[in-house]
Amino acid sequence: MIEPLVIAGRHLRSRLILGTGGFVNHEVLAEALTASRAEICTVALRRLDPSSRGSILDVLEAAGVEVLPNTAGCFTARDAIITAQLAREAFETDWIKLEVIGDDKTLLPDAVELVAAAEALVDDRFVVLPYTTDDPILARRLEDVGCAAVMPLGSPIGSGMGIRNPYNISIMVEQAGVPVVLDAGVGTASDAAFAMELGCDAVLCASAISRAHDPVAMARSIRLAVEAGLLARSAGRIPRRRYAEASTPEEGLPVFDAPS
Amino acid sequence: MRVVVNGQARELGNDATVASVVESVYGDHDGRGVAAALDGEVVPRGLWEWTGLSEGARVEIVVAVQGG
Repeated sequence: MIEPLVIAGRHLRSRLILGTGGFVNHEVLAEALTASRAEICTVALRRLDPSSRGSILDVLEAAGVEVLPNTAGCFTARDAIITAQLAREAFETDWIKLEVIGDDKTLLPDAVELVAAAEALVDDRFVVLPYTTDDPILARRLEDVGCAAVMPLGSPIGSGMGIRNPYNISIMVEQAGVPVVLDAGVGTASDAAFAMELGCDAVLCASAISRAHDPVAMARSIRLAVEAGLLARSAGRIPRRRYAEASTPEEGLPVFDAPS
Repeated sequence: MRVVVNGQARELGNDATVASVVESVYGDHDGRGVAAALDGEVVPRGLWEWTGLSEGARVEIVVAVQGG
């Protein structure tokens, strides 16, 4: 039995949050969503593309999932704050996945702008879930200003490089008083399982699923990996040893000395 | 008057409001998943009809898209 995850008072049975970016169409997204069993999905805000058909909100509503708007593409605290306010109007939710990035090439968070935006949005009564680097001190600062969770990257967005600094993620988990959600870097199921084994409370995953050859199969795979990782963590792994430790008893071992 | 909507210049009547601009961009939309900002400030949906535009106004109208 998996314990529910609680973020800002909301109970969630699923430990997987699905990012909706990168799916080739709404049909594949809907199928992957079902396979993922996610209860929360991220969405973004953009100027209308006249060629787009149907609203993603119809897909998410039909699937019965909650919308978590993001501030993707914002480079300054000011832009992120306005985008969050637009999202609150558009989706009637106070929840915001706060992204403030430093440049286009790495999409790494800009720590200074991120903390400033987080503080302002918490003051404006948002439930702030910041996408952050794997820096335990920055995570503490974000928690101190009132963020409802911290969402460290394992590696850059869309890189599929997994968790490049598991020790930092472990330190963040140890010290955090709010849920830790691994956000970005997952490339395949084992990365998601590893995040949960390290102590993360949930995994947010977009590209690994949406850009997989078979997104629906990968959605199921990563869902199972998240559950497996959580279960493995609660089961308690054996310590690592430099040398072997036999699992078969040595007692009662027969002796095959040749007669002299 | 001349205003800029989503980065594009438009010529609108003097009685234009945020609501009329949203309608001109999105047609007969129920407003769900749509938000608007005027000169860098968010305009709550309930005020769209009552918020007039002035010469040179910059309006941004956004909708939900896949992302994140």
